[in-house]
Amino acid sequence: MSSQSQPITLVVNGQSQTIEADPAQPLLWAIREQLGLTGTKFGCGIAQCGACTVQLNGQPIRSCVTPISAAAGAQVTTIEGLQSDDGALHPLQQAWIDEQVPQCGYCQSGQLMSAAALLSANPSPSDDDINTAMRGNVCRCGMYNRIRRAIHKVADTNGAVAFFDPAAPLSKQETGQDVEVNHG
Amino acid sequence: MGKWSRRAFIAGGVLTGGVLAIGVAIRTGRRTDDLAPLVTKDGETLVNAWVKVHPDNRVTAIVAHSEMGQGVHTALAQMLADEMDADWSLVSAMEAPPEKSYANFALGKGFVLGDADVPSWLVRTVDGAFQHISEAMSLQITGGSASVRTTGVYGLRVAGAAARQMLIECAADRWDVPASELTAENSYIEHAASSRRAPFADFALAAGQLTPSATPTLKKSSEFKIIGQSKPRFDIPGKVNGSTEFGIDAQVPGMQYAAIIHAPVFGATLVSVDTNKALAMAGITEVVELDNAVAVVGSGYWQASQALRALDISWSTTDADALDQDAIFEQFRTDMDATLANGDEAFDKNDGDAVSAIANAAVKVSAEYTVPYLAHACMEPMNATAWEHDGQLEVWTGCQNPLGFRAAVADALDLDFDAVALHNAPMGGGFGRRATPDYAVEAAQIARAAGTPVKLIWSREEDVKQDIYRPAVMSRFEGGLDANGTLVGWDNQYVDKHEPAEAPVVPYAVANTRIHHATSPTHVPFGPWRSVDHSQHGFFTESFVDEMAHAADADPYQFRRSMLEAHPRLLTVLDRAATEANWEVPLPAGKGRGISLQESFGSVVAQVVEVSINKGKVAVDRVVVVSDTGVAVNPDGVTAQMESGVIYGLTAALYGEVNIANGAVEQSNFHDYPMVRMDEAPVIETHIINSDAPWGGAGEPGTPGIAPALANAIFAATGTRIRQLPVSKYDLEYRVTETDEVG
Repeated sequence: MSSQSQPITLVVNGQSQTIEADPAQPLLWAIREQLGLTGTKFGCGIAQCGACTVQLNGQPIRSCVTPISAAAGAQVTTIEGLQSDDGALHPLQQAWIDEQVPQCGYCQSGQLMSAAALLSANPSPSDDDINTAMRGNVCRCGMYNRIRRAIHKVADTNGAVAFFDPAAPLSKQETGQDVEVNHG
Repeated sequence: MGKWSRRAFIAGGVLTGGVLAIGVAIRTGRRTDDLAPLVTKDGETLVNAWVKVHPDNRVTAIVAHSEMGQGVHTALAQMLADEMDADWSLVSAMEAPPEKSYANFALGKGFVLGDADVPSWLVRTVDGAFQHISEAMSLQITGGSASVRTTGVYGLRVAGAAARQMLIECAADRWDVPASELTAENSYIEHAASSRRAPFADFALAAGQLTPSATPTLKKSSEFKIIGQSKPRFDIPGKVNGSTEFGIDAQVPGMQYAAIIHAPVFGATLVSVDTNKALAMAGITEVVELDNAVAVVGSGYWQASQALRALDISWSTTDADALDQDAIFEQFRTDMDATLANGDEAFDKNDGDAVSAIANAAVKVSAEYTVPYLAHACMEPMNATAWEHDGQLEVWTGCQNPLGFRAAVADALDLDFDAVALHNAPMGGGFGRRATPDYAVEAAQIARAAGTPVKLIWSREEDVKQDIYRPAVMSRFEGGLDANGTLVGWDNQYVDKHEPAEAPVVPYAVANTRIHHATSPTHVPFGPWRSVDHSQHGFFTESFVDEMAHAADADPYQFRRSMLEAHPRLLTVLDRAATEANWEVPLPAGKGRGISLQESFGSVVAQVVEVSINKGKVAVDRVVVVSDTGVAVNPDGVTAQMESGVIYGLTAALYGEVNIANGAVEQSNFHDYPMVRMDEAPVIETHIINSDAPWGGAGEPGTPGIAPALANAIFAATGTRIRQLPVSKYDLEYRVTETDEVG
């Protein structure tokens, strides 16, 4: 049985907001229903598909199984916060357009949040690194080859573009190096 | 039958006559006055039913199909813009509103004229109200890979050419010059002799007053400028920043949320429910009892889901309560045997004397194949938001048949068709599932009971357990080879025929062919699943022809080749696939290559799959796809559809299995209904042939060929013949030792 609602402060995309919620309620539903940020999707409810992926202090998490209490006070980044404040697309978002990645598009917010977290931690991922980081995100339209290509594309140009990652420490955003990548 | 259906029957007749009389998408008479308020804003002009021109010279294509990522809005806009000679950078698309005026009469016409088959599932989707071809015109459906080859060819292209002609007529009139001296290019009309040039927009208002020609001159394929180009899809930018609003993202002021649970056994109904605990939970406002389901309404979806678990529900018993999957397959066997014994089988084909030919054959092969039920598992679970107010019922959802959904909701709630408004959204996957309106009807019923706007979301578990499934099918084969290794007899009996009708028929020249079927109904609801019956029969027939090739000690590619003399288009596609896949180059031990060929939805696709077997587990390394869709309107879009079709079919082939246990579906979510993921996704190389054959579909033809090509590759690598899907049922320890069997 769920406990009583209580005020909980969430910092989502840099904005601090206090909502009344049951601390056990999954973060996903607070983001979608209480904050009105519908870019984050419900897919399975049991952390099996990745459609609900957001970043918690830069780490990709499945918001459908993460209680709000675990996110209180932490930095939550959703797809709406991936682009920079001036509206410039994250390089991955641009690569997603360039490679015409999405089909139905429903999983793509989660895919992008996982991919962005991957590149923040590992600017030049190998195919195996991509497999490990992205296998939690199901794409029913099967656009895996395009997702892989788009991630490599951004990794390729990482040296030239210091991309915006709202969750990463500043030093990491400025780190860029030319890397060898293995196209799949 | 509700109020709408009776009226629609009458309207359907009128439509049929009107469409056929003028032969094309634009109906007799000027309809733009009626349609304009539905699709135009201030200053915009509806030139004809499918195109509007804005004062700033932008052009909008009005597309009566739903977008689920297949790129239909972009591809059909390309078809319109090319014929219109519009400036592509000024072209966009909007989805036609779910009004009868925008029913897919072009789709219906394509079927009437025999350019495509009328799938019975398409008829069935409007609740049995429509019984034959002409009524299909009152649908507004996206399915059957039909958008380009029907609405595109008969609708948007004609509309674009007609619009161009109307604009030129108006310019000729205003400039007082012969229309024949005018040209259109990049959204301008030009008169070279007098150096005059003006944008389309200058003539739009006058053009909107003309009656469009039903038979404008269309371009030859050599004249295409926009068709055949990989134009970026309109719908992609909104899908990378979270701004695209799917059905599940609908926001209505004062909205409540509903979670639902259905009777686990299909056909069971609600007997009673104890709601006390649920209603006592925080935020819960209502428990709604439906015929075969219970919904809980509350302030949030999670709250409603939690309360759903607190319900104590009693469902009715049914005859299927003890049924399991093995019994269903046994029933198929029994019914097939009985049908054969009684002589009441129905024939798809009966050429020569297959039974005698096989009896007298030098080599005989028999095989029994089965495939299980499959769920669609769209990434976006089924959902709809509904609100009944002021005598209207509004529905927000994503669906493949907006007009049919309106009708179904009106029927179910005994409302006039016009009292139901449907706001269709992009779909997070459709694959055939979103042609059935059950979830929208439920949302409407719950909203009515709750008296507030309600967003109903099915859990993933309900999505898997309450789908409209791809049917489980059993298919048996007998094949006979003569002493030369020629296939002289093909005898195939399968259970339950659906659509498309030609799905079980092979293109190969076999002198004696018998293809027939039995019926064996079950209680499991079924419907279209990406590529419909081709997904099962493609696996059966392309696997069994491979069995016959091996029995003949022939190369599976060459064996198919030798029987395709009458089908040069298929031969070209097959040859190209073998070439691109380096078919003749042997693979090392432990690897295998398999090939398949399938014509479906007007397109021809050949696939070559390469697999590695490691410790009994199969890895799909590479898939070569060659596709001939006649004309690829948007080649990258076709490529994306092939990639998508392959992964969708690969998931089904490797893992897909919905089993019935005690009358209900066993599987529930992605942990027990697994998907191919990033680490298992093969490299897919797609090659497109533009043969200029009649326009074919793209959304579905990529799916049927992957399962047989995979199974054939597994056989090449291991000697294990896959006759049941999914492949995960098999222990694939590597067994083949003769290297010449590889490849």
